Amino acid sequence: MSAHRRARSAGTALAATTVLLASACVPGTDGSGAAGGAGPGAGATGVPDPAKAGKVTLTVWDQEIRGGQNAEIERLNREFQEKYPNVTIKRVARSFDDLKTTLKLAMSGNNPPDIVQANQGYPDMVAFVKAGLLLPLDNYAGIYGWNTRYPNTLLNLNRVAADGSRFGTGRLYGISQTGEYVGVYYNKDVLAKAGVEPPKTWSDLTGALPKLKAEGELPVQFGNLDQYPAIHTFGVLQNQAGGAEAVRNTVLGAGGAGTGFDNEHTREAARTLADWAEKGYLPKGANGKGYDDATKQFASGDGAFLITGTWLLADLKKPMGDKLGLMPPPPASAGGAPVSTGGQGLAWSVTSKSEHPEVAAAYLDFLTDEHAADVMTEEGVLPAVPGKAAREVPAGSVDGQLIDGWERLNAADGLVPYLDYTTPTFYDTLSKWLQGVIDGKVSPDAFAEALQQDYADFQKQQQEESGRAAGGER
Amino acid sequence: MSAGHLPGGPAGRLRALVGRHYGGRAPGEPRAVGYLYLLPAFILYAVFLLFPLCQTIWLSFVHWDGLTVATEAGLDNYRDLFRDPVLRDSFLHALALLVFYAALPVAIGLLLASVLSRFRVRGMTFFRTVLFLPQVLAMVVVAVAWRSILAPDGLLNDLLRTVGLEGLTRSWLGDYTWALPAVGAVGTWVETGLCLVLFLAGTQRIPRELYEAARMDGAGAVREFFAVTLPGLRAEIAVALTLTMIAGLRNFDLIYITTGGGPGTSTSVPAYQVYHRAFEINEVGSAAAVGVGLTVLIFVLTVAVTRLVEGRNTT
Repeated sequence: MSAHRRARSAGTALAATTVLLASACVPGTDGSGAAGGAGPGAGATGVPDPAKAGKVTLTVWDQEIRGGQNAEIERLNREFQEKYPNVTIKRVARSFDDLKTTLKLAMSGNNPPDIVQANQGYPDMVAFVKAGLLLPLDNYAGIYGWNTRYPNTLLNLNRVAADGSRFGTGRLYGISQTGEYVGVYYNKDVLAKAGVEPPKTWSDLTGALPKLKAEGELPVQFGNLDQYPAIHTFGVLQNQAGGAEAVRNTVLGAGGAGTGFDNEHTREAARTLADWAEKGYLPKGANGKGYDDATKQFASGDGAFLITGTWLLADLKKPMGDKLGLMPPPPASAGGAPVSTGGQGLAWSVTSKSEHPEVAAAYLDFLTDEHAADVMTEEGVLPAVPGKAAREVPAGSVDGQLIDGWERLNAADGLVPYLDYTTPTFYDTLSKWLQGVIDGKVSPDAFAEALQQDYADFQKQQQEESGRAAGGER
Repeated sequence: MSAGHLPGGPAGRLRALVGRHYGGRAPGEPRAVGYLYLLPAFILYAVFLLFPLCQTIWLSFVHWDGLTVATEAGLDNYRDLFRDPVLRDSFLHALALLVFYAALPVAIGLLLASVLSRFRVRGMTFFRTVLFLPQVLAMVVVAVAWRSILAPDGLLNDLLRTVGLEGLTRSWLGDYTWALPAVGAVGTWVETGLCLVLFLAGTQRIPRELYEAARMDGAGAVREFFAVTLPGLRAEIAVALTLTMIAGLRNFDLIYITTGGGPGTSTSVPAYQVYHRAFEINEVGSAAAVGVGLTVLIFVLTVAVTRLVEGRNTT
């Protein structure tokens, strides 16, 4: 979800100003503990019963403010409170950007929310863990069987090493409700008019681009003024260039063959992207076109393909109806295992200062169990673990395609985490340099070097830090 | 202000007469109780401005991620202002934007004001209102509107195509060369109205006789402008420059909404870096240093304008 930034809002600017003023407190001494924090779990052994917890108010900060996501949370909140009348849920919902700018202060205060949605990656979740603000959930994962409910690939994204040095491994600090991946949307009408079949392989897709162009259609709709969309497109290209496994190990800091960015699949992906821009497969001046503008234009029939996240499905389905199709990026050979950038929604985490961790854990379980999955499907949201209702969605519909793609990606273990998780500054580095690649100003070599530089700097810093930590211990 | 420059004379004698009511203090000298009246405002000022300011200065000397314990940074964060090319460039961009935010609006404002003051224009109030309107709109609204005007399929490019200037169309906000001037042009649009209104008010204050004298001496329109209007507007120019320069240097919302500092870092400005570092990449210390740097820059430029343009003792 990290790179899925919504259009920048006025509210954020305002919030930023107030927060900047409010942040006038002694750095790091206001009650936030040192690295590590509370011990794993809170010592619960059996399944806790929230009904016996007495009168409880859970304060929940989330950012599920859009259509179906909001409806699904509202419904589940209501049901949870009906099931446990002694529990009141105080929901604070704000946009992704607004949550990001205010959460840090709220969490380091003396009266933090009980449950927060934390963004995976170094700037948020890892920083919270380092400051001891989140409760490890491994104990509850055992009690509620989350370990078997979720595929490991997904669960691992919510794990952080106890010392906060890396993520993707270590203790569990949250669970996610929804799944998401970067897919290829296509306009069936535009393809049919140009005499192109929906692609079954990646070379089908790349082969269709010049054909569409020759027919006077825009092959791939794309707007990169907001800077993050190129990260998703580039991620898909990098996976197709054979980098999926290496990229995953790079992002999660696992090391191994082909990790880093000074390699062929990074260069090839950059070359392809520059090539698409130059040949006019992408719209002219894409760096100056907004993401939402591109979405609107695709919905109104301008563009055969749109490569972006599944979060856009609801927005596209309404105006496009049956014309809309969706697939994971097609594999190298027909029927092969798909790979794509993707993961899950923001993690729902329990704060270490929460007075009711057991009720909070029960709430997290309720938000993510099989019943919740059905509620999500009914509201048009992709559950991380699709349930009964998902199997009843007609296979030919775009919702069916969405679920089918998600299940195939998971079965093939084909999800590659968002590239901007790599280092705290990687979103910046990647988005800035990708604009240069699309502009033709930056060569694939220079691009690969810049990414590698950022990655190497961070690794060096991590090593120094862990060296210091080891030296400082008695 | 009017008091004091006639020490003798009738006014002086009058004051000597009432002097005893002041209880020995020199006439006009504030009583100590006056400071009490300042207190409420001062408390607000101290709590919401002075205290955060000091806090920011202090934060600029530490490395802090906003959550864990901060570590001493010494002058590191300030050194980065000069060493980090992204930060250095953002200050240069801010200075370049001053041309669009301050120099151009003042020049255009002067030109329009001198023309408008020479001729009677029908519907003057209407034009003044229209030109001043951008000042009234929230910057966010302005930014959203211009983002769509400057889009590849936006109003500007449509207009260029209609008049046959297809070759000039480009993706304004996505172009490495043109993004900064494009954002700057929005600033010019916003600030020109302010300058114009200030200058129009100023020209009305210049005595008619000066213009008549100039014309009698055979001065043309240009000569008249440089000999009468420009010196007459000195104080207004100083005010206009100060206001527009401050607006230009602390420009955040426009950049944030239109380009996000891109493409690459070609439109990144210090105010944007403050936000970006403090809230997006958890480098609060560095953000504070950029903020302090920006404050100092604004302060220096403002003082310079007041000294150079306004002159120290005008009357």
